[in-house]
Amino acid sequence: MNQLFKMAFRDLGRNRRRTFFSALAVGVGLMLLILMASVINGEMGGAIESAIRLQSGHIQVRAASYDENKNSLKWEDLVENPDQIASQIAALPQVAAATPRLYASGFLATGNESAGVSIYGIDPASAANDPYRVGLLKGSFLTADDSSGLLIGQPIAARLHLNVGDNVSLSVNTANGNVEEQTFTVRGIYSTGTYGFDNATVLLPLAKAQAITQTQNHASTIFVLLKDTSATDSVVAALKSSNGLKVLTWRDLNPLVLQWESLAQSYIGLFYMIILAITASVIINTLIMSVYERTREIGILSAVGMRGSRILGLFLTESSLLAVGGVIFGVILGLLAVYLFNIHGFYIGNMGLSGILVSDTIRAKPILNDFINLSIATFIVTLLSGLYPAITASRLEPVAALRAEK
Amino acid sequence: MEVVKVENVTRAYQVGKVETQALRGVSLSIENGEFTALVGPSGSGKTTLLQMIGCLDQPTSGHVIINGKDVTSLNRNQRADMRRGTIGFIFQFFALIPTLTAYENVEMPLLLNGHSAKERHDRVMELLKAVDLEERANNRPDQLSGGQQQRVAVARALSIKPSMILADEPTANLDTTNGQQVMEIMQKLNKETGVTFIFATHDPRVIKYAKRVVTLRDGLIVENNGNSVKA
Repeated sequence: MNQLFKMAFRDLGRNRRRTFFSALAVGVGLMLLILMASVINGEMGGAIESAIRLQSGHIQVRAASYDENKNSLKWEDLVENPDQIASQIAALPQVAAATPRLYASGFLATGNESAGVSIYGIDPASAANDPYRVGLLKGSFLTADDSSGLLIGQPIAARLHLNVGDNVSLSVNTANGNVEEQTFTVRGIYSTGTYGFDNATVLLPLAKAQAITQTQNHASTIFVLLKDTSATDSVVAALKSSNGLKVLTWRDLNPLVLQWESLAQSYIGLFYMIILAITASVIINTLIMSVYERTREIGILSAVGMRGSRILGLFLTESSLLAVGGVIFGVILGLLAVYLFNIHGFYIGNMGLSGILVSDTIRAKPILNDFINLSIATFIVTLLSGLYPAITASRLEPVAALRAEK
Repeated sequence: MEVVKVENVTRAYQVGKVETQALRGVSLSIENGEFTALVGPSGSGKTTLLQMIGCLDQPTSGHVIINGKDVTSLNRNQRADMRRGTIGFIFQFFALIPTLTAYENVEMPLLLNGHSAKERHDRVMELLKAVDLEERANNRPDQLSGGQQQRVAVARALSIKPSMILADEPTANLDTTNGQQVMEIMQKLNKETGVTFIFATHDPRVIKYAKRVVTLRDGLIVENNGNSVKA
């Protein structure tokens, strides 16, 4: 075994440049796999995190008849006394924040420009609204008793040429089906780094939103953030037993993101296979060339009594050494690529999918398990790639092999 | 005692649609300790006959018996086992493994036969001394001359203490001095160890070393040690 290993090692050293580039090919393949997996993790994790943080929360409690696609403002479709319910939910130990929100549709207009918007009536004091507070680019955040101020996202401000202090006309649907129009002052401009959200959402204090939509002491939902996502089901169980409202989880509220994740996983599987197939073809090519170049040597080994199985073992040892070298290369290159990707990020701006909150900058999120699994997969594929050349070598007839040109 | 017995062996090769008869019914018996030359012009069947005796190839018909065992119908692995334990080879080209040192090349058959490290070391050094290459034990083939490489090949062939050594044109790629040196070493080892040597050649300078000369022509033995043989 030791001699076999020694021979395999020296055989690879015969043509160092070819061996180096073959191992490098394996390494580059693994690097691409690691980078792709990390980017997908970063992007999918980011999309789900954005959706939870900005839009769905971990859990929402709504009236049973509420239809979010219609943004209904009828009292029977809303949660009554939302502050009281939010306080009860916030008392649960797993809950980080619970706050009422009122959703409405509206129309923002300046002198000669306008835009359709989603209106979020929020409790400015709640920690659940930190993403907007932290993302404030200009001006000041809302206060609960502000009756004429609103916050707009940066893309809307750019589109309507609005700045802090400007007045803007907001038309809003009301509970009785009418449209109410009032003039508001832009208190601040925010950016959550998620174009899809920032381009469509106007924030008002909850009390003002309730007043303008005539939904006194009602909210569309109780928005709940948990300390840990994994506690979702246990909190849902606790809430379901306590009242007759509808309790929805982030999974129920973000089906598109989850479908997209599932689709992305399928595509990444295909991508993995393509890269591994290319890697395998490089290794097969390298080892087949090696077999042809060493046909006479194989004949000599056979003549001195080496069985086909040992010749097979010799070539498989070579492919496993190549695999080890390639995996080491790949892990180093993969770490470097992920590091560089995270330093610079990849700015996609507003190229995200409609309906999915994608960050405007893609970053990679490496996961140890991916490193381990992809390294093992690359090792196995490289080893298996050596099988065909190894079988070819082991089946050479000694007489034919000895006749081969050196 | 008879080491090799070849009974009416034929070997036909199919090249495209043409069948070539390399051996056309050869019978031969070789006793233990012989130093026998198979001679004849190119294409006479010398190498093919050596390959049959060496279990590197199988006859189309007839039988090859080595040490009383019929090896004609052995499978690949059984033939490899037979070569590993019984037969040493010396080829026309300097058939060493280029990535291994002279020491490791001689050691290879011993490793395959499962000898202990000490046994291997003692045997390899003994043989390298016998072929006067003790000092070059750690040199790789590309650091040795053609004659030195062929002497390493002789040492390797002897390493397992085989019943016989088959040498195919062992001096064809050597100059006169080196060729002579290799033949003298082979002759000396034949006398000292009693191992049977069978070598194929058409070089008259080599033939003179043989105790017995078997002449082939067109796939048939036409003369056996001076006695003509009828087909």
